[in-house]
Amino acid sequence: MRLPTFNKGVHPNDFKHFTCSLPVKSLPMPDHVLIPLQQHIGAPCTVNVEKGQEVKTGQVVGAGEAYVSSPVHSSVTGVVKDVGTFRHPLGSKVQMVYIQRKSEEDEWELMEPITDWQAAKVEDLNTRIKAAGIVGLGGAAFPTHVKLAPPKEKPIDAFILNGCECEPYLTADHRAMVEQADRILEGMAIIMKILGVTDGYIGIENNKPDAIQVMHEAVSRGGYDFKVVSLQVKYPQGAEKMLIQSVLNRQVPTGGLPMDVGVVVNNIGTAMAVTDAVKEGKPLVERIVTVTGDGVKEPQNVLARIGTPFIDIINLCGGLTDEAAQVFMGGPMMGMSQLDMKVPVIKATSGIVCTSDKGEAAEDAMPCIRCGTCVSACPMFLLPTRIARLSEVGQTEAADELGIMNCIECGSCAFVCPSRIPLVQWIRLGKLRVGEMKRKAAQDAA
Amino acid sequence: MDEEKKLPEQPEQPEKPAAEAAPAPKPKPKKKKPKKDPRAKLYKPDHLLIMSSSPHLSTVDSVSRIMWTVVIAMLPALLMGVYYFGWAAIKMAVTCILAAVITEAAINRLKGERFTIKDGSAVITGLLLAMTLPPSFELSGAVIGSVFAIAVGKHIFGGLGYNIFNPALLGRAFLQASFPVAITTWTNPRTVDAVSTATPLGAFKFEQIGTALTDLLYGNTGGCLGETSAIVILAGGLFLIIKKYADWRIPVSYLGTVFVFGGITWLIDPVAYPTPMFHLFSGGLMLGAFFMATDMVTSPITSKGSWIFGIGAGILLVIIRLWGGLPEGVMYSILLMNAVTPLINRYTRPKYFGEPRA
Repeated sequence: MRLPTFNKGVHPNDFKHFTCSLPVKSLPMPDHVLIPLQQHIGAPCTVNVEKGQEVKTGQVVGAGEAYVSSPVHSSVTGVVKDVGTFRHPLGSKVQMVYIQRKSEEDEWELMEPITDWQAAKVEDLNTRIKAAGIVGLGGAAFPTHVKLAPPKEKPIDAFILNGCECEPYLTADHRAMVEQADRILEGMAIIMKILGVTDGYIGIENNKPDAIQVMHEAVSRGGYDFKVVSLQVKYPQGAEKMLIQSVLNRQVPTGGLPMDVGVVVNNIGTAMAVTDAVKEGKPLVERIVTVTGDGVKEPQNVLARIGTPFIDIINLCGGLTDEAAQVFMGGPMMGMSQLDMKVPVIKATSGIVCTSDKGEAAEDAMPCIRCGTCVSACPMFLLPTRIARLSEVGQTEAADELGIMNCIECGSCAFVCPSRIPLVQWIRLGKLRVGEMKRKAAQDAA
Repeated sequence: MDEEKKLPEQPEQPEKPAAEAAPAPKPKPKKKKPKKDPRAKLYKPDHLLIMSSSPHLSTVDSVSRIMWTVVIAMLPALLMGVYYFGWAAIKMAVTCILAAVITEAAINRLKGERFTIKDGSAVITGLLLAMTLPPSFELSGAVIGSVFAIAVGKHIFGGLGYNIFNPALLGRAFLQASFPVAITTWTNPRTVDAVSTATPLGAFKFEQIGTALTDLLYGNTGGCLGETSAIVILAGGLFLIIKKYADWRIPVSYLGTVFVFGGITWLIDPVAYPTPMFHLFSGGLMLGAFFMATDMVTSPITSKGSWIFGIGAGILLVIIRLWGGLPEGVMYSILLMNAVTPLINRYTRPKYFGEPRA
């Protein structure tokens, strides 16, 4: 039988063998952490601790007034040494709180646990999710409480838990499912209560048979009514819109959001964080990070405190090999290249991938031979070669007309291009330009 | 003007961190900032990392891999040509390939660009041209055709990827216009001397003589070097399709249209018009359908476009064969569809994911 999937897409090597069978290991506490005040999509937090102040694990160090925002917490017990701008793993420099750990103790400042969440009010649960600083842990880091409170005119009738982990190398969600199935399912049940839906699906790519089996067992053990859907292995299966198509055969309209077709999608890690926040009152201060690739000596899945510098984690995994050439945060298809190993783990850090692959220089690109491979790869049904070219020559309006803004930047086009043209890179630039153009047009109109 | 000049430089933007990557660690010790930076002790820049913009993976397929695979896929047809026409075939192929490669190198030199011979596209052009010429054709003429194919067919448009027409076919069209008699003088296979004979298509068109289907399949007929045996061309073509280096939609729609359209005319008048099987296996149709119409550069990039391309070429082919002045129409049917490929691309944009069906 053919497993459900979406149309088009690509099949990169998955490189998951490094870590897919290694249990998640807790790391020793870091000496210091750097808590960025912006780790999510939305308004940055304002700092509410002072230099020299003592903080406990789980204490709020930054929060924002805005609705689309998410507070950040100290992930260690220690002293605030500095509040300043440091390099962020997403490239720019951002305000961060530098906290020096104080001796060995790890004193938690917890919120009141909501043990009987079935009886709790939906608003309270969602307020808790916001207070715990939970954002989408799959990589986009969109504040979860916003996702779970869709506007009234968008009724939600289905929830999908995203266990695809379609990015090569990464195994954080895979291991979480194998080891923490019950916690994940409880989080899913809480989320579904908040949304008020009864249809729950767990989408898992078929290359994780152990996870599929464990989840099946956990669903029947817990008496849940969720459906575990095993999906074809294809990138980007875990992209929200693709996943909704695969699982429910619904297409999110162009420019729309999953809620437009009555669906909310959350990541495995997010569900786990929800359980912790509700049942134990624990804010989001740690996450599973896959440290992997042939550029690191001992690839591992680790449970790391948010704010731990990459270098600490890499050193605890044996350090970089001599051949290591690139380090990225996230998977190789959409991850960000890192130049400074002092950057901290943030809520969206699903993996630290170190490879000896030097990549290919942009000037080695050949001309487009119009083979159309990118067209057959693009899951959004765009013409990557056309819009990349239009973007390259600065024809922003024409690129916009050809739907450049629909691009989800999955990188499938650049991955398959036999000429090695940096297609998605040009398209990203084009999207920025279209955004600028539209803002300018709006300003001129006003 | 100024603005236009700036554009080529803006590409740097998405990879901006790349520029910073190398210098970043160096200035730090000089500034003595580490004392203020409480994290300095942790930072040993023993690794200079490469910065790039995602994706950080790519397939193994590359332009040269595709091109050389096409060359390999054409070898069986070439060997068949050697079997039927002997030395003449070898000489023709070597001459055309050499002429094409030398022209490519000379033009690279003239334009002051990297040598592009290794990508294999010039070899394909030379080989394809050789396949479309009669084995008795003058070698000097073949050289002219190759030079024209590369220089005018490809480089005038800007080189690989920018040409509108299939270069080999354009070269052949040029030769057809220049040497109309020589290019339609055919030799019988397995003979040494150039006793002129008719191709199956010519025989049917001008003398109403049919040719046995088995002869067509195995290539035991007069014709161009590479177009005699349908079976080996089919094998090479299927190999390319399995490797996904040729879009299956083009040969399927091209051959399918010829079969259906040719079949309709045959049903109307079985005496005046040849059978659809004869259409399929005679002349250069197989070679054209699998190796020329599927040329990536000059065929549409969308799948709907590929169907239109194949159907259009099929209709043109039958019209030329049955009612045109020439016995064979593969070359012009493909060249004409090449010309409209940009238009096809424009009007066959796939519906975006989630775009409402109009």
